[in-house]
Amino acid sequence: MVDARGLSCPVPVVMVQNAVKESNPKELEVLVDAKVCVENITRYASSQGYEVDVKEVDGGEFSMTLKKKA
Amino acid sequence: MEDIKLTKLANCAGCGAKVGAGVLASLLEGLQVHNDPNLLVGFDKSDDASVYKVSDDLALVQTVDFFPPIADDPFTFGAIAATNALSDVYAMGGEPKLALNIMAVPKDMPKEAVHQILKGGYSKVYEAGALITGGHSILDDEPKYGLAVTGFVHPEKLIKNSGAKPGDVLFLTKPLGMGIITTAAKVDMVSKETYDYALRLMMTLNKSARDIMVKYDVHACTDVTGFGLLGHASEMATGSDVELHIDVDNIELISEALELATIGMLPEGMYRNREFAEKYVDVGDVILAKQDMLYDPQTSGGLLIAVDSKDADKFYEELKPQVPFAQRIGGVKEKKGECYIYLH
Repeated sequence: MVDARGLSCPVPVVMVQNAVKESNPKELEVLVDAKVCVENITRYASSQGYEVDVKEVDGGEFSMTLKKKA
Repeated sequence: MEDIKLTKLANCAGCGAKVGAGVLASLLEGLQVHNDPNLLVGFDKSDDASVYKVSDDLALVQTVDFFPPIADDPFTFGAIAATNALSDVYAMGGEPKLALNIMAVPKDMPKEAVHQILKGGYSKVYEAGALITGGHSILDDEPKYGLAVTGFVHPEKLIKNSGAKPGDVLFLTKPLGMGIITTAAKVDMVSKETYDYALRLMMTLNKSARDIMVKYDVHACTDVTGFGLLGHASEMATGSDVELHIDVDNIELISEALELATIGMLPEGMYRNREFAEKYVDVGDVILAKQDMLYDPQTSGGLLIAVDSKDADKFYEELKPQVPFAQRIGGVKEKKGECYIYLH
């Protein structure tokens, strides 16, 4: 799980990149609170073969689920 | 001198700090202004600078541009900010003559750093053959620097961003990707070689391109800055009521920036530009990362020039040795389709 709330891009996308590089997870939860971070992380995740599901939670926060494609 | 990292003091970098084109238009709506027949270009035209006719053979070109640090080195920041501010006059086909410094500095910023910012600015204004005659500075938590620039142009030689005609050939005088490089540099994800290359591009005056452009039959010109290539191209296409057809493979994209775009290292301004301009653009089968680069906000970018087809080859022949980054990127067609810009 990567909690990048309160941080502005490009820091959150770098946190996700580090998490993916470290353990190559099959699934990763990411919390962010800016649309631009959702977009940037989605682009990164797609480039690494992940599918992305985004849910908007209260107060402009986003919960992202990255799942490695089979 | 104390080692300070200027970009750490900035919330957004360079022209990425610009208010979005859509928001700007709504902010300017309904404001009271005089009608004056001598005002050749005002802010209603979304052009690069305002132009006022003084006499039949002289018009005044005015523009202002400033932003927070785009580079850590104060001299480099000053030089880029000045290059960027002067560019708006060049984009109108004008010659910059007088400039005023605009500066905001934090209270505790070392004096030598402030001096270096100004030194960078002065060096570019000197290179442009213009004079800095004064300025204004205030205290602010975030440093900012730029110039108000006044230049001259012959009223009949004025080049607007809205005069493109079907048949014209399109040229771009600098590569794209500066916004992505400066964003990624904040988290040390750019090679020194590419970063230095981007800084050199941003410190390159558009003077040579302008000096050559005015010798040919140029119908429209704009400088590619905060709204990205497609934002500025949209203004050119809608203002001229024509279609721009852009051959994406002919555009020089900073290669490391393309890799960074693929992994999501994109500035917020890219998304603002996309939101504003995408309704005008048919992206064809161009991949997402390349589209993103065409929306990437540029700081001190190149000129986008629409040249009459009869002059295009001669123009490029003279331009290329002087401005090695210059590229022939597409052409202008009569407005027929739904969109204003077609990527190929």
